[in-house]
Amino acid sequence: MTATAEREAVRAPRGRAFLSLFKALGRGWIRDRSQIFFTILLPLMFMVLLASVFGSGDTAASRIVAVGDVAVLDGADADEFAVSSAPDLDAALAMLREGDADAAVVQDGAVVRIYPSATNATGGAIAEGRLSALVDDVNVEVLSAAAPGETVLATDVEEADGGALQPIQYLAPGILAWGVAISGVFGAAGTIVDWKRDKLLRRLRLTPASVKTFLGAKVSVNLVVAIGQTAVFLAVAAVAFGLRLSAWTWFAAPLVLLGTFAFLAIGVVIGGIAQTSPAAAGLSNLVTMPMAFVSGAFYPLALSPQWVQWLSYASPMRYLNEALQSVVVYGEPPSAVLPQIGFLAAFAALVGLISWKTFKFDEL
Amino acid sequence: MDAAIEVADLRKTYRGRRTGEVRAVDGVSFRVERGEFFGILGPNGAGKTTTLEIVEGLRRPDSGEVRLLGRSPWPHSPDLTRRLGVQLQASAFFEFLTAREQIETFAELYGATKARAAEMLETVGLAEHAAVRCEKLSGGQQQRLSIACALVGDPELVFLDEPTAALDPQARRNLWDLMRAINAEGRTVVLTTHYMEEAEALCDRVAIMDAGRVKAVDSPAGFIRKLDAPTRVTIASGQLTDERIAELASGETVTGGDGTVVFETRDPRKLLTALASDGALEGLAVRTANLEDVFLHVTGREWRG
Repeated sequence: MTATAEREAVRAPRGRAFLSLFKALGRGWIRDRSQIFFTILLPLMFMVLLASVFGSGDTAASRIVAVGDVAVLDGADADEFAVSSAPDLDAALAMLREGDADAAVVQDGAVVRIYPSATNATGGAIAEGRLSALVDDVNVEVLSAAAPGETVLATDVEEADGGALQPIQYLAPGILAWGVAISGVFGAAGTIVDWKRDKLLRRLRLTPASVKTFLGAKVSVNLVVAIGQTAVFLAVAAVAFGLRLSAWTWFAAPLVLLGTFAFLAIGVVIGGIAQTSPAAAGLSNLVTMPMAFVSGAFYPLALSPQWVQWLSYASPMRYLNEALQSVVVYGEPPSAVLPQIGFLAAFAALVGLISWKTFKFDEL
Repeated sequence: MDAAIEVADLRKTYRGRRTGEVRAVDGVSFRVERGEFFGILGPNGAGKTTTLEIVEGLRRPDSGEVRLLGRSPWPHSPDLTRRLGVQLQASAFFEFLTAREQIETFAELYGATKARAAEMLETVGLAEHAAVRCEKLSGGQQQRLSIACALVGDPELVFLDEPTAALDPQARRNLWDLMRAINAEGRTVVLTTHYMEEAEALCDRVAIMDAGRVKAVDSPAGFIRKLDAPTRVTIASGQLTDERIAELASGETVTGGDGTVVFETRDPRKLLTALASDGALEGLAVRTANLEDVFLHVTGREWRG
């Protein structure tokens, strides 16, 4: 028997062992309803929630309370203004405080006085802008009538990116990155705590299969799950929420796989520290929540305070989010996200090394 | 032929933050012959499980030597583990799998067939529960499945770590039959237990462990013989006069109270014949020395299993 043939003989059962472990662990995953919830349903729920929070308001008509007779509102477009009236200013201001209106308006001769809502600052600012534009329009009409033949400037608003940047375009990659992060971190931490309790790994160490084969099968299940999660999520986002997928969308797969390695490594460190399932879940939350908040996944980093922007560099979710956004939404080629890939890989390697060094196999 | 297990002077100390230094295993040596049913008996915390884990190759001792079927358990070698069957204290199962899927997975790891897996389920009496998820099985059923998984690879040497702990008496007796059958097939069995009667009923030889040391190794009968303890014969009081009791005792100890008379005798046959001819057998109980007395004798401490 040659050396190669001998090696083949050893390798063949290892491949079989990998397959049977992969099958056993995969089956267990599919039958665990809490896993399905955390990896698939929870991110979708977040998408519904955030899309409705960020997606409403900007197209709806501003709710204006007219106090007394406000002549300028006579020319108002019903698409932009929903006008109600109040007997006096105090009543109108009370409505603003309750959030029942975006702005109150009083016309005192030539002066149109606007009271934007402080309760709903964004709605108030939009209402204020629209009312100013309305006043300008009325002025232009009056002036044109007074000086016919004089050229008047007009504005025409077009949406940037041809209207592509609906909130969903911005939110989907962030929520996906977050979903991948929680299933990786919670999954790995929970698994290790389970192994501490039921000693499955200890039992498997006493079979002919090696620990490496078993861990390989476990990680493979997680990677397949991450790909499935990404596919389902992007499909739902595209079909139900109108996410426009670029031609480079397929490159989300390697990005998500790389991210999963980083998040699994974090989960292994947590699983090494925690002794019970609640402790593992609590610690996982403690790590993933801040990581998500400073990553720009739910709120644009450019609009965040400077310290959040600085902290974001330490969050692997930032890089996954940016990279997903670039290739899936903006259709940039993979070469454009090489820096993000580099950071993610470095992060995965570093945390992986920490988890390897701090892990106590004796506890399993 | 090598012995099934040779263990020489194992030592293992744990350093805990709160507990300080604990010498879990403190110079343990023993030898198990092939085909033997060997018991490691001791109270909780005696170091049984740690010893077993070192022997199996799960833990490395601080010092000492282990030979399993003539080889060292370190490093992990598929050629050796293929010949071992292990049942751990915790029921180590893949989550959410049925009994059949569970044992078939283990069968694949050992290179055994599905037919063998089904046969083992049958052997441990779980064929009817093959489609039940592991977490839904009762404690006794889980232990039996765990033993079936240990046997699926047709091992020469089987380790059973307190398989009957936390089982009801009936389930425990059922497992005893199973363990006897495993040994009768020619497999070497190593069993840890903190049940005296279990070691007595099953084991060819027993190592009595206490505080990390093996105090003595012998067969249960050999231990009791060496103890040379009297047989205690109890009858209800009021059947015999004090004179007759003193006569029957013939110089040996008699105690009483609580409505009973207790004779301690080295010739139980003669005493029992005399009691029978006197018609004084009401409330009769005969108790010979057992491993509990042996434990007291060997360790100088009362059994607190």
